[in-house]
Amino acid sequence: MSPGDSDSPYNFAYLDEDTKRMIRRAILKGVAVPGYQVPFASREMPMPYGWGTGGVQVTAACLVPEDRLKVIDQGADDTTNAVSIRKFFERTAGIATTETTTEASLIQTRHRIPETPLTEDQILVYQVPIPEPLRFLEPRETETRKMHALEDYGLMHVKLYEDIARHGAIATSYAYPVRVGDRYVMDPSPIPKFDNPKLSDNAALQLFGAGREQRIYALPPYTKVVSLDFEDHPFQATKAEHDCDLCGASDSYLDEVILDDRGGRMFVCSDTDFCTRRRAAGHVGCLGEPA
Amino acid sequence: MSPARNLAEPAAPARPLLSVAGLGKSYGGRIGCADVSFDLWPGEVLGIVGESGSGKSTLLGCLAGQLAPDRGQVIFDTAEGPQDTLTMSEPQRRRLMRGDWAFVHQNPRDGLRMGVSASGNVGERLMAVGARHYGDIRAEAADWLGRVEIAADRIDDRPRQFSGGMQQRLQIARNLVTNPRLVFMDEPTGGLDVSVQARLLDLLRGLVRQMGLSAIIVTHDLAVVRLLADRLMVMKDGRVIEQGLTDQVLDDPQAAYTQLLVSSVLQV
Amino acid sequence: MYVAVKGGERAIDAAHALLAEERRGDTAIAELSVAQIREQLRLAVNRVMAEGSLYDPDLAALAIKQARGDLIEAIFLIRAYRTTLPRFGASRPVDTGKMACLRRISATFKDAPGGQVLGPTFDYTHRLLDFKLMAEGGAETAAEAPEPASVDPAPMPHIAEFLNRDGLIETDAPSDAEPGDLTRNPMQLPADRALRMQALTRGDEGFLLSLAYSTQRGYGRTHAFVGELRIGMVEVEMEIPELGFAVTVGEIELTECETVNQFQGSKTEPPQFTKGYGLVFGQSERKAISLSLVDRALRWQELGEEGQGVPAQDQEFVLMHADNVQATGFLEHIKLPHYVDFQSELELIRKLRAEAQAAPARADSPAEETAE
Repeated sequence: MSPGDSDSPYNFAYLDEDTKRMIRRAILKGVAVPGYQVPFASREMPMPYGWGTGGVQVTAACLVPEDRLKVIDQGADDTTNAVSIRKFFERTAGIATTETTTEASLIQTRHRIPETPLTEDQILVYQVPIPEPLRFLEPRETETRKMHALEDYGLMHVKLYEDIARHGAIATSYAYPVRVGDRYVMDPSPIPKFDNPKLSDNAALQLFGAGREQRIYALPPYTKVVSLDFEDHPFQATKAEHDCDLCGASDSYLDEVILDDRGGRMFVCSDTDFCTRRRAAGHVGCLGEPA
Repeated sequence: MSPARNLAEPAAPARPLLSVAGLGKSYGGRIGCADVSFDLWPGEVLGIVGESGSGKSTLLGCLAGQLAPDRGQVIFDTAEGPQDTLTMSEPQRRRLMRGDWAFVHQNPRDGLRMGVSASGNVGERLMAVGARHYGDIRAEAADWLGRVEIAADRIDDRPRQFSGGMQQRLQIARNLVTNPRLVFMDEPTGGLDVSVQARLLDLLRGLVRQMGLSAIIVTHDLAVVRLLADRLMVMKDGRVIEQGLTDQVLDDPQAAYTQLLVSSVLQV
Repeated sequence: MYVAVKGGERAIDAAHALLAEERRGDTAIAELSVAQIREQLRLAVNRVMAEGSLYDPDLAALAIKQARGDLIEAIFLIRAYRTTLPRFGASRPVDTGKMACLRRISATFKDAPGGQVLGPTFDYTHRLLDFKLMAEGGAETAAEAPEPASVDPAPMPHIAEFLNRDGLIETDAPSDAEPGDLTRNPMQLPADRALRMQALTRGDEGFLLSLAYSTQRGYGRTHAFVGELRIGMVEVEMEIPELGFAVTVGEIELTECETVNQFQGSKTEPPQFTKGYGLVFGQSERKAISLSLVDRALRWQELGEEGQGVPAQDQEFVLMHADNVQATGFLEHIKLPHYVDFQSELELIRKLRAEAQAAPARADSPAEETAE
């Protein structure tokens, strides 16, 4: 099916143009107020809520026929849900797709930020399950909206304080809360906190879509994003203390792979494109073979 | 002579901390409180007494921004000068509640986070006003737990594991840690055993003296106000029927109702 | 040598093929037709239409077939289809007072103009398995069905109107205000009654049933009687701007329930009866009754009642959790890979454990508790 295919029962990128306009308005508002959660009339999508319907709607509203789309889940292009979403846009928008980070004009992601630095010509769309960083401290939407409006964020630090008091460290390893532009506290979606530094001062436009919770928020390019911490317990972006066993990278986030039932395991880059291209360039890890 | 004027006349260039005029609130046809006016001066403790249903809790709620009065003014001397807290924006009022004001509830459960450690409870107000050094927050919390006589090894325990008296002392520490300029207290000794009450009162009196606290205390317990309050307001049916210096009101009550109250004929 | 896991695409294709095969089942058994589902599993079709919020029995039947009888999955299929449909306009409010009733009962009045009409109900059946139905083609004309009562042209005014004449029951002020639409605008809380009704009528039948049941058991009791329950066909009219008048564009089957509830009165209102209301597509009377109980429970504030802090009175709790398509999606998404999050948790736990083990054991350390 191509975009111009008049037999297609669906509009380009599935959503009708009125819906896209509504979503674009929400995106623009989000860009204008970085980190603020903009309510939007999320539509039912042909995939289940919680499976990326927010990200898919944001992507659908941003896509133009010239775009080249990359979809990753857990950093990989080949995980089932990434495949399913990529196929969806191939079918409904007929656009080109890629697995190469540098070639993509729009990247939809679940739970990772690519290792390869992004550029001003790229948009990164995050799938967000629970957009409210205060949700597990305060279950009521009416109350959390008020807390954001009044910058009433003391409770957030109480949570971090309790972590340190109990565990000696802040016990949040993913979906680590950040403060955007010295104003809104934001949930960066369940990316590992290793990725948090990449949120800040990023050249790409970063958009966040939560379908079930009907919220869109955004980080315009080069926005200051600070991970919450204490002066004497500063934020640390952590990862497994290994190098990638395939490409030898020491600075990328690693998945742990269980090799056998005798405790054998290896560590490999979670960003499959990053790893593949390093190996193609001749880098070899201690369990890898030259490409 | 009103004690307020008494304080205002001589070398007191200062303004009242809180200036209340014509405050009133009704529930449908029933009066909650009506025509309440008074000034509270820095360093002064005002007691409000009356039997249950006299309107003293409604009045406290209106003063502390928890209830919306129907009429009147509650002017607080903020850092930017006197402002009517009733016409203030919500963010301003919340800032006030986080910093300059404190509220001690009768039931510590209403004023504490029961799932958060003792030091976390004390630290919350520090963090809300911008403290970001874990070690400092913890040290300050530990200091305050000591001042309210909670043992150092209970610092990471949750209030659930505390006795009623300890919970109330923790609530007081949590409120005073930011050096609030005005403290509202609603029956702070209510619901506690007599011996526990005595210890708490003793502690409160010490803190009030040391810190030069300004406070408004609502209670039905005349022992509380005799010990803590400089000045007294007696309420009945939503109106202030008598006010004056504490000793003066208690030792030489003018209104018949106050006479009954003082002679403990009334079960309040 | 480890090779990164590949083949997500092939795995998905294979899973889809297997799903199609499983759906069909034993090919020696005749395939079920959409028409059969529409006619013989009509209550399932009704539920899918109601919660899918699309009145189309054929598509609902198709969705049930495609979903292998999983009604929430079928509702999801209908919702995803519905959201793409263009909107021509809105109908006029349907007049349920002119309903051609198939069933109409009242628990508050023994008799009323129009009478009690039982209609096709399970109510007084004995729940004994009817093995005759196992014999295929057997029981088609088992009983002589009487002529449906709906042919009776006698008007059936709403029961509440009788109470209304004496001012004994609250009246709803008529309003021309356009109701909100949560399929086009994000839900904003607090939601008004019209919006709550929309959310509830699309909501999960089981969830609403349990909530309504909880009010009956004392978690926000509303003392409800079924004032009237009616099921039947109503005409749907649309204003055609070019014509300047309304024309009937079709007929739909609805279930409507009005409960009569006690009310003690408040500062402004003398004691009188209040109402709960439920309106659902098709024959869905369990849902309609549940709706009216939950509707009434949610009205505590506007009626000046005291909040009891119970789930059925908590608007945010009820509205945010009533939608089964949202609920099932989010519930099941935890099946998706979470390698990255899990990996970071794994590292954190290892780090904290290493630190805990390295630290000198304290006499009063919480390690004792964990060691138990």
